[in-house]
Amino acid sequence: MTTPTQKKSRYGMVIDLDRCNGCGACMMACAVENNVPPAHREATDRTGITWLRVYRFNNGLKFPNNRSVFVPVPCQQCGRETPCVSVCPQQAVDVDPATGVVGQMPERCLGCRYCMAACPYHARYFNWWDAVWPPGMEKTLNPDVSTRMRGVVEKCNFCHGRLHAARERAAAAGRDTLQPGEYVPACVEACPARAIVFGDLNDETSEVARLARRPEAFRMLEQLGTEPKIYYLTRQSWVRKVSEDEVQMARKDQTHG
Amino acid sequence: MNRGLLFFAAGLLAALGIGWMGFPRMLYERIDQPLQFSHRVHTSEKVGLKCDDCHAFRSDGSFAGIPSVSKCAECHAAPLTASADEKLLVEKYIVPGEEIPWRVYSRQPDNTYFSHLFHVRQARLKCDECHGSHGSSESLREFQRNRLSGYSRDIWGQNIAGFSRGMKMTECSRCHAARGRSDACLDCHK
Ligand code: HEC
Ligand code: HEC
Ligand code: HEC
Ligand code: HEC
Ligand code: HEC
Repeated sequence: MTTPTQKKSRYGMVIDLDRCNGCGACMMACAVENNVPPAHREATDRTGITWLRVYRFNNGLKFPNNRSVFVPVPCQQCGRETPCVSVCPQQAVDVDPATGVVGQMPERCLGCRYCMAACPYHARYFNWWDAVWPPGMEKTLNPDVSTRMRGVVEKCNFCHGRLHAARERAAAAGRDTLQPGEYVPACVEACPARAIVFGDLNDETSEVARLARRPEAFRMLEQLGTEPKIYYLTRQSWVRKVSEDEVQMARKDQTHG
Repeated sequence: MNRGLLFFAAGLLAALGIGWMGFPRMLYERIDQPLQFSHRVHTSEKVGLKCDDCHAFRSDGSFAGIPSVSKCAECHAAPLTASADEKLLVEKYIVPGEEIPWRVYSRQPDNTYFSHLFHVRQARLKCDECHGSHGSSESLREFQRNRLSGYSRDIWGQNIAGFSRGMKMTECSRCHAARGRSDACLDCHK
């Protein structure tokens, strides 16, 4: 039986760092889409929740050679030996064979945070507090995404609620496959610089697959062999070096969110 | 020795009795539906409604679920029978235009994603495959609500004897597996 999910896709993203100006619209759109609550008043850079976080790096040189770059980091959707999947004692994380999306099931999660330690990209976040919605804001929650409780881990899943919705629209129109562009995560849509391109990497003709093959494309910590599905583009060589440096990335509190 | 056996049997029976009969009564609150509704009467030859006269898909493909009270008003603007339930329907709901607060036996938790579109329109499954004989039922049984989780007992599923009455995760997965679907957690969760 062929159904929308049974067709093998491998969703991925290409983020053009030379276009990103660090405005943070993607972070906002992500939080709104996925019912991420406003930060608790005691939350810090390390304990707040941002499925997508824009980091700023600086080359440390003096004017006029000083350069900064903004790097949006969502879950990198590792395609091989996915670290968070292999350490989870609960089977609360899986890789969808039909889409390649790494799914986190907060309801199944026991909060041990082993996955957070295992994630080379620090793309996973722990709910240190129960969500508190300012009065009236519950009414604006997205019904396609369930809210999470204190004590569980969550992360980017390429706006899975939007995938459900896109599949329903396709099925209502009598199609059993998605057309390119029918399913797009919120951050991609929100980026005013059009720095993020999303699509099926398995589809050779898609823009995302074409960009990912470009010589300026690279993936973060590629040497680990986890085959992330987020590609970055840059023509600046110092930026590429940043991406290979584990230590820089490792401390959330040392970078600016 | 015989006495020991007797005490053991009595203790076992008491424990089983509490576990099987007592505990579920404690765990599940029994709630009556707001009024009795007979699927059999309405889908009989006399009334002649089809399932999709009341349970239709909207044009965007979403499932409309239980019909609103305006559907009932099409025929029940004034009582047709001497039934007390019908009187209640007309006086309490149709005349003031109030929606009937039906309890949905198969209501899933908030974190579950389910769509009739894939199952009924695409896979052409019959309603009874999941809902049993509800579509030809004569009356509505009481709704059993789990006091801890607030969920319907029907989605809690299997009892100890392996008898299943509902749509627990294992039921969904069993059918999917039988049809060769491989699911990821987020296919059915959100
Ligand atoms: C007159 C309109 C009407 C028709 C025709 C009708 N239904 Fe219903 N149906 C209802 C109403 C009202 C309810 C809510 C009360 C209840 O649970 O039975 C309901 C509830 C249901 C539910 C229960 C969902 C749940 O879990 O609580 C199922 C299943 C169902 N109908 C199936 C069917 C099938 C199958 C048919 C065709 C054989 C059918 N219905 C025809 C009005 C209708
Ligand atoms: C197409 C017309 C039609 C619609 C729509 C309809 N009914 Fe009826 N209903 C009837 C008829 C006809 C009878 C009388 C059947 C009989 O004579 O036994 C009836 C009987 C009843 C009774 C009487 C008790 C019984 O079971 O015999 C109740 C209660 C009732 N309907 C509730 C509803 C509700 C609630 C709705 C809306 C979900 C509804 N009906 C929608 C035609 C309809
Ligand atoms: C694959 C299993 C399956 C099939 C087939 C199926 N249903 Fe359902 N139905 C469900 C589940 C699960 C729910 C609970 C949905 C929820 O809570 O989100 C449900 C809910 C309902 C409800 C409750 C109303 C609501 O608001 O969602 C009605 C009415 C209903 N079904 C009628 C039908 C009818 C009529 C058919 C046949 C045309 C049918 N169902 C076929 C699984 C099924
Ligand atoms: C009687 C068999 C059966 C049962 C029970 C059943 N399903 Fe399905 N389900 C199917 C089939 C067949 C399909 C494929 C439909 C198609 O052709 O697109 C499907 C597809 C789906 C899809 C769509 C996946 C996708 O994106 O293509 C979801 C979601 C789903 N089922 C959830 C559920 C949930 C949740 C339950 C339990 C409440 C459930 N199903 C129970 C047979 C079943
Ligand atoms: C075929 C559909 C389907 C798939 C696939 C699925 N689930 Fe579920 N799951 C359900 C349904 C339906 C429920 C609600 C009924 C119940 O509690 O059994 C549920 C309930 C749960 C619950 C309990 C939630 C609560 O609020 O009580 C957990 C935990 C859970 N699922 C985890 C998972 C994990 C982990 C996976 C992946 C390995 C998964 N599920 C895959 C359908 C599915």
